[in-house]
Amino acid sequence: MGTLIVKNRAGDQLSIKAEGSRSLMEIMREGGVEEILALCGGTCSCATCHVIVDPEFVDRLESMSVNENEMLDSCEHRTPTSRLSCQIPYRDALDGLRLTIATDE
Amino acid sequence: MQHRDVVIVGAGHAGAQAAALLRQNKFQGSIAVIGEETELPYERPPLSKEYLSGAKEFERLLLRSAGFWAEHNIEMLLGQRVVTVDADAHRVTTATGDEFGYGSLIWATGGPPRKLTCAGSELAGVHSVRNRADVDRMITELDQTRNVVVIGGGYIGLEAAAVLTKLGKSVTVLEVQDRVLARVAGEALSRFFETEHRAHGVDVRLGVAVDHLEGRDGKVTGVSLADGTVLPADMVIVGIGIIPAVGPLLDAGLKDVNGVNVDEFCRTKLPDVFSIGDCAAHINKYATTSGPIRLESVQNANDQARVVAKYIVGQHEPYDAIPWFWSDQYDLKLQTVGLSGGYDDVVVRGDPAARSFSVVYLKEGRILALDCLNLVRDYVQGKALIKANLKPDRAALADAATPLKSLMPVAAA
Repeated sequence: MGTLIVKNRAGDQLSIKAEGSRSLMEIMREGGVEEILALCGGTCSCATCHVIVDPEFVDRLESMSVNENEMLDSCEHRTPTSRLSCQIPYRDALDGLRLTIATDE
Repeated sequence: MQHRDVVIVGAGHAGAQAAALLRQNKFQGSIAVIGEETELPYERPPLSKEYLSGAKEFERLLLRSAGFWAEHNIEMLLGQRVVTVDADAHRVTTATGDEFGYGSLIWATGGPPRKLTCAGSELAGVHSVRNRADVDRMITELDQTRNVVVIGGGYIGLEAAAVLTKLGKSVTVLEVQDRVLARVAGEALSRFFETEHRAHGVDVRLGVAVDHLEGRDGKVTGVSLADGTVLPADMVIVGIGIIPAVGPLLDAGLKDVNGVNVDEFCRTKLPDVFSIGDCAAHINKYATTSGPIRLESVQNANDQARVVAKYIVGQHEPYDAIPWFWSDQYDLKLQTVGLSGGYDDVVVRGDPAARSFSVVYLKEGRILALDCLNLVRDYVQGKALIKANLKPDRAALADAATPLKSLMPVAAA
């Protein structure tokens, strides 16, 4: 059992319980982060689960796929640590991960 | 009679999202969502994909956590069907006789799947793929199923065929037109999917009409075609579209013929009655037709929900979202952007045999839509080209090595 620290668009810090092998998107949606739309249900077909990962944690993430990288190009608010949260499975090494929900497109 | 400031009929993507977005937009009034199914709102697209295959359990499809609705003071009245709308009195009545007055009514019912009308269509073992219960019934029959016949070569049918053939079933797809996806895509994409399905062992039959279904002891045993051929079937999946569920609105005085017509704010002609999602016929700025169209997609459901939620809180922003859609079959990721209907020219970028290409639909030189197969880059960059509404150089467009973004005009300094 771990925790994600999620900053929503209002600037509030939410502490979300995380466990299992679900994606960060699913964990946030289940945890009540309402700005995560995830319209395509986690299939890397939209970009509505866009998050910005705290640079401090970037090294702990697996590198992204070509598809994820190219989908992120559709985001006007992409940053160097942008990710699609549906493409990151949770694992223990990610306990304490800090994320910010990206600006609405 | 009970009163709610907003009554939403339909707990699918559109209805659920309208409720959630009203709260996100600080709407303080009372909200009730009346849904025919007993489930909390869930994602439908996985029903023909990850849910049917068993890759995802139902809880993972919920659009929001179970606690979300109560926390946001959104009342979920599930397992109930609205049968009457009294527009003058601002009141709906359910099948069990409960009455709810409303300030605003959001009609987001989608529609039931179109059924076969031929003999045998009521036999056990004949399925649609529209809701959880449909797919749960299919799953319980899978152990006893060897031969599956899919009627309708649209996205739902092809997705189900892909899953079931991977589960080891012998699958036949029947399409009455001369190619699959004929209603929604160009020939290049149709032929590509036919080739892929056949390579995976699916028997794809084109230009064939079903005469009737055969059965024994109330259960389907075969599909009899117009030419007399009988295909053995333990399971038949019917994927031939939906019928918009708008009867109560028509009874309330609307005369619309294909769903209900709405304006750019998703308002029907009935006072304070909105309609969104699959059943809402709207003017779409990306369509070539000037008349109303219906779009059956998550994108449309979500973006129309946003328009209505904002309208109700006083922010009047017309619907102008660009349509997009996706379909996953085998290891193939199809992404569509724009609306291809009415095209007069098609450009294929890349070689379909390489399983990564895009089909660009144009009218009078302007890009209407793209179907991108395992090519996210073209999907993303093509979307920008459609929005820009420009006339790209056709030769450059046809050259897969030329990035679509290079066809964008350079922004003026």
